[in-house]
Amino acid sequence: MSFRKYLVLGAVAVFAASGDVCLARGMRDFGAVSLANISGLLAALLNPWIILGILLLICFFATYLTALSWADLTYVLPATAISYVLMALLAQQVLHEHVSTRRWIGIALVTLGVGFVAGGPERTTREKHLKSGTEERSFAGAAGGRQ
Amino acid sequence: MSALATWGGVTAIVLSATAGDILQASAMREIGDLGVLRRSQGLAAVVRRVATNPRFLLGMIFMTCGFFSLLITLSWADVSVVGPASASLTFVANAIAAHLLLHEHVSRRRWAAVVFVAAGVALLAM
Repeated sequence: MSFRKYLVLGAVAVFAASGDVCLARGMRDFGAVSLANISGLLAALLNPWIILGILLLICFFATYLTALSWADLTYVLPATAISYVLMALLAQQVLHEHVSTRRWIGIALVTLGVGFVAGGPERTTREKHLKSGTEERSFAGAAGGRQ
Repeated sequence: MSALATWGGVTAIVLSATAGDILQASAMREIGDLGVLRRSQGLAAVVRRVATNPRFLLGMIFMTCGFFSLLITLSWADVSVVGPASASLTFVANAIAAHLLLHEHVSRRRWAAVVFVAAGVALLAM
């Protein structure tokens, strides 16, 4: 897999984590929102943190769809799960949330899972209508990844 | 609200999220490498191809259902139960559905990755 593709996967994780952290930071300015208080939710849409969070999540969605255009779902989901680790670290550093021992164990398990999948092939299915040379490449990768 | 209702809600979240993910993955596979498409036809063509794909649009509808099921379930039960349970079960459900419906080759290595990530996410979100 090319460097550009690892870059896209990294971007998925960074956009997801930073987008969620911005939303969480923005919602702190408002407190609990209930269905009886919808106007509070509309005011939240004008908060700079919320706007930044939404922009970052749009970038997340674009990079996530790009990754799905050349990689399996069972590759993209675990490989980009590193975003949960980034989110915990950002929550600790930026939002000053407490990261408990249980969360550190969770971080270790997610990292282990990401390491497992990221070293394997990204595409394991054959396409009839692929226009580029990706078919041969992904099949060479799939054969190499299966021991 | 009863535990049965909470788990019914979690089931609805997991099923809608999985249906959304599978449909979107299938749509993106059908469209092909977006980087290649953008270089040959431009960004506007990429956006048009994605936004007019029926499977992609159906996926968006399921994702919206998943989002509202999450909101409704959160009004019955604690986020510390609903969040980790739905996130980690969605990982597992996606792996099973991708294997059965998208015919992805889910090797032992990928199963291990899915199980580790699901367990890790459950611990993180609690």
